[in-house]
Amino acid sequence: MNAINKLGLKQRYALLTNGLDWEPSYQPKSAIFPYAEFEGIKIRDWSKWEDPFRLTMDSYWKYQAEKERKLYAVLDSFAQNNGQTGLSNARYVNAAKLFLTGITPAEYQAHRGFAHVGRHIPGVGPRIAAQMQSLDELRHAQTQIHTLSHYNRFFDGFHEFSHMHDRVWYLSVPKSFFDDARTAGPFEYFIAIGFAFEYVLTNLLFVPFMSGAAYNGDLATVTFGFSAQSDESRHMTLGIEVIKFLLEQHPDNLPIVQKWVDKWFWRGHRVLGLVAMMMDYMLPKKIMSWREAWDIYFTQAGGALFADLARYGLRPPKYADVATAEAEHLSHQNWSVFYQYTQAAAFHTWLPTPGEMDWLSEKYPNSFDQHYRPRFEMWAEMERDGKRFYNNALPQLCTVCQIPMAYTEPGDPTTICFRHSEHKGDRYHFCSDGCKDIFDGEPEKYSQSWLPVHQIFQGNCGGASMEEVLAWYRLNPGADNMDQAGSPDQAMWDQWMRMRDRVAG
Amino acid sequence: MSRTVSITLQNTDDARPIIEAITEDNPGATVHSYPGIVKIDREGSLTVHRASVETRLGRDWDPQEIHLSLVSMAGNLDEDDDYFRLAWAH
Repeated sequence: MNAINKLGLKQRYALLTNGLDWEPSYQPKSAIFPYAEFEGIKIRDWSKWEDPFRLTMDSYWKYQAEKERKLYAVLDSFAQNNGQTGLSNARYVNAAKLFLTGITPAEYQAHRGFAHVGRHIPGVGPRIAAQMQSLDELRHAQTQIHTLSHYNRFFDGFHEFSHMHDRVWYLSVPKSFFDDARTAGPFEYFIAIGFAFEYVLTNLLFVPFMSGAAYNGDLATVTFGFSAQSDESRHMTLGIEVIKFLLEQHPDNLPIVQKWVDKWFWRGHRVLGLVAMMMDYMLPKKIMSWREAWDIYFTQAGGALFADLARYGLRPPKYADVATAEAEHLSHQNWSVFYQYTQAAAFHTWLPTPGEMDWLSEKYPNSFDQHYRPRFEMWAEMERDGKRFYNNALPQLCTVCQIPMAYTEPGDPTTICFRHSEHKGDRYHFCSDGCKDIFDGEPEKYSQSWLPVHQIFQGNCGGASMEEVLAWYRLNPGADNMDQAGSPDQAMWDQWMRMRDRVAG
Repeated sequence: MSRTVSITLQNTDDARPIIEAITEDNPGATVHSYPGIVKIDREGSLTVHRASVETRLGRDWDPQEIHLSLVSMAGNLDEDDDYFRLAWAH
């Protein structure tokens, strides 16, 4: 046993961080860290940064290697034993498609963002933490691709996930979130991803949804999900530490940090609308509703967090009350959008079964029966009459979150919410006060948004027809898109089930 | 105002001694079971003691091994050689 192992955890961590830094002698610090000051954040003493996990590099590699060994043993076994046939239902796979096309490339973006921040933050403690997180995020992207590549052998819609992420209309929602964060300064990036996304919101993505994967027989996804989530706990800790550190360093940091917390909470809330829909509509066997998950992970956990941060003068994010009220409506409105635009989506859609609608009524007593059940029942009737409803008009998009303008006014679920701002003679449209505020804070940035519908109209997406745009997405019409019923996926699944029944007698 | 701290661990053989140690050592902790995971909530604070986990495992246990089972947490973390603690300051 060598001497370093006899030191306590705190001493080892101090040696790794402060012991490794040095003062530059032939370049000014401002030349080495050129992005450290323009955001207006003031740091008096970087040595006050403490990473409570105090993970040293040797421990980091040891535990990460162990996680990988466990994960790959499961993946190998899942593939060898045809785990895909043990899923609850073929519909479930569509949630995995949305995950691979929407979330996995965002993990890669987070990797690049933290690599950049790990280079450009002047303090050595956060630089090391950002480096570890950068490696973690790369690991998440790789393990998710490896895991879901097994489904690509059987199911449609997985084959061009990376290409689609850069082009398909609804995938611009998560993509633009990370583009926005990565083009911000290093401190804002830290708050955007480390705090707002990781600490306040990631639980909603990874915990109940992955538990749902476990419940639906997706051994592979639940294993990469929890393997990634074990890193997320470290990321959340980093997120909370960065907030506390900035607020302790200088009182001038408070209004800047508050503005970022408000902005990134709302941006994150909008992205997670996709997860709301995955939980309420896409998991065949359901764990908890989006509303319940929001109550546990935002209202309760976020409430305790912001009560704790009140001592620094930080208040809960602006429009948190609006987001909480929207939890009654979010998943239903999002699923309705995808149902209408199934022809342009790289996963399958369906109407909730009568049993699922009863579950939704029970979970959403204040909204479902009044506003959404009648819509789904009408669409079901139209399907029975051979008049399945497709929306063939391109929707107006919110300039900030890039989601079609389908959300309703706070307190009035029968009126679509429209907001707009003027900037340099042009009018920009928003889905909410939250998105409008973000635009008004940085109009130069958001007036340059790459909006999928605008790009189609400008002729930048392969052509003017649906067929040309889908070809430009590399989406295979008739296989990747449209309803689950009648899809090649469903036909294959039905065949598997018939074979199973025949064998079982 | 909620002061609930929370830890979520995988429901696995590796994590069960940790879950047992937490529930034994933190009176008033509430255990919620979901598919694949166990979420433990408690008002104010929650501590995982190295010695308590070691007694159950019958071998040395480094609190950093919790990384292999941890899914999520809420609260300010304090970690040292002998414990892993979550607490709110307010």
